[in-house]
Amino acid sequence: MGMPISLALRGRHEDDPAGRDAWAEALAALRDVDRVFSTYRPDSFVSRLGRGEVALADCPAEVAEVLALGERWREESGGAFDVRRNGVLDPSGVVKGWAVERAAGPLRALEETDVALSAGGDMVCLARAESEPWRVGVEDPAAPDRILAVVPVRRGAVATSGLAHRGGHITDARTGTVPAVVASVTVVADDLTRADLDATAAFALDGEAATWLAGRGATAVVVWRDGRREVVG
Amino acid sequence: MNRIVFWLLATVAVVVLLFGYHTSTSGPEASATPPAVISAPKSAGATSTPSQQASQQPSDQPSDQPSDQPTQGATSAPNATTGGEAATSTVIGAVAETQWGPVQVELSIAGGKISDVEVVQYPHGNGRDMQINTYALPQLIQETLAAQSAQIDMVSGATITSDGYLRSLQSALDKAGL
Repeated sequence: MGMPISLALRGRHEDDPAGRDAWAEALAALRDVDRVFSTYRPDSFVSRLGRGEVALADCPAEVAEVLALGERWREESGGAFDVRRNGVLDPSGVVKGWAVERAAGPLRALEETDVALSAGGDMVCLARAESEPWRVGVEDPAAPDRILAVVPVRRGAVATSGLAHRGGHITDARTGTVPAVVASVTVVADDLTRADLDATAAFALDGEAATWLAGRGATAVVVWRDGRREVVG
Repeated sequence: MNRIVFWLLATVAVVVLLFGYHTSTSGPEASATPPAVISAPKSAGATSTPSQQASQQPSDQPSDQPSDQPTQGATSAPNATTGGEAATSTVIGAVAETQWGPVQVELSIAGGKISDVEVVQYPHGNGRDMQINTYALPQLIQETLAAQSAQIDMVSGATITSDGYLRSLQSALDKAGL
């Protein structure tokens, strides 16, 4: 989970001890998740579970919760999304959005304060009724210093999946192929767990990304390799 | 996590909606100028809510979105920007009927070009309401609208990993907010 975590606060607790405490709590929650789920830590529960050294029942309850989410999206994506590849367990595709959604809890509890918490480009946003919505820019996968869409979000989450600068990190689990015609998928949803999973699964589905998202009523921007941009919603 | 950023925005009470040529987000001058003229809703049940709802941009959604051109019934309302940039004016379009109900847009025009499209009236009374009140449809930014003028708070992208971060726009935003 090496990624920048960015927080923006507006309002009463934007620069006071309560705001800083909530930020510390959010980071602590993310570190806890990392200890349990990191595939880079050989001693994490997920690594040990993957090697068969522990049973699911021996792991914290969150592991079963995450694996259940992964299974649900595997089914709903027709197998394009899968936390198991070639016998290796890697639930990272579920964990990121799920973890940030949970970690945002203490920040959401700040009264009269707007919150935007982003982990590596996937974020949870909350703005009060009297505030302007957060304006989330969608990065151009072909030019990371450019924005090609804007989403105003008052209460919800935004997640983007793509290959930029990460090589073939996301593949279709059924075939192992790297998406060829889709460049990035950005999904807006009520919560980041869903947004992140939908974005990742749609990206793995490659050419079917926009159709699949539309079929499940998602709100999204699909950017194709040829530069076309498609709004779903 | 190997990079942690605590980004605190200065108090931004309101964000100027005319973001295309927005000049500053801090200080009293940044207070939003609400759309100057809102036409009366033409359909029962519709309500004009000029300043607080999320916005959406109708382009690229031809079939169920209003035209983004001013119509004959449009009202022009000059609306000065807060800084020394070229004057921005706004034009409120007529109410367009869509599959979700009546929609009305406001155009911001600067230097003779459309710099933004804002929805000043959106449908009520159907299943889309809740979603529009929580988040709006993504707006595709016109090619002519530079990213840095798009008034972005956060960036969503696949490159925003540890190594991509330093080159990313989010990094610039974080620095600006510190």
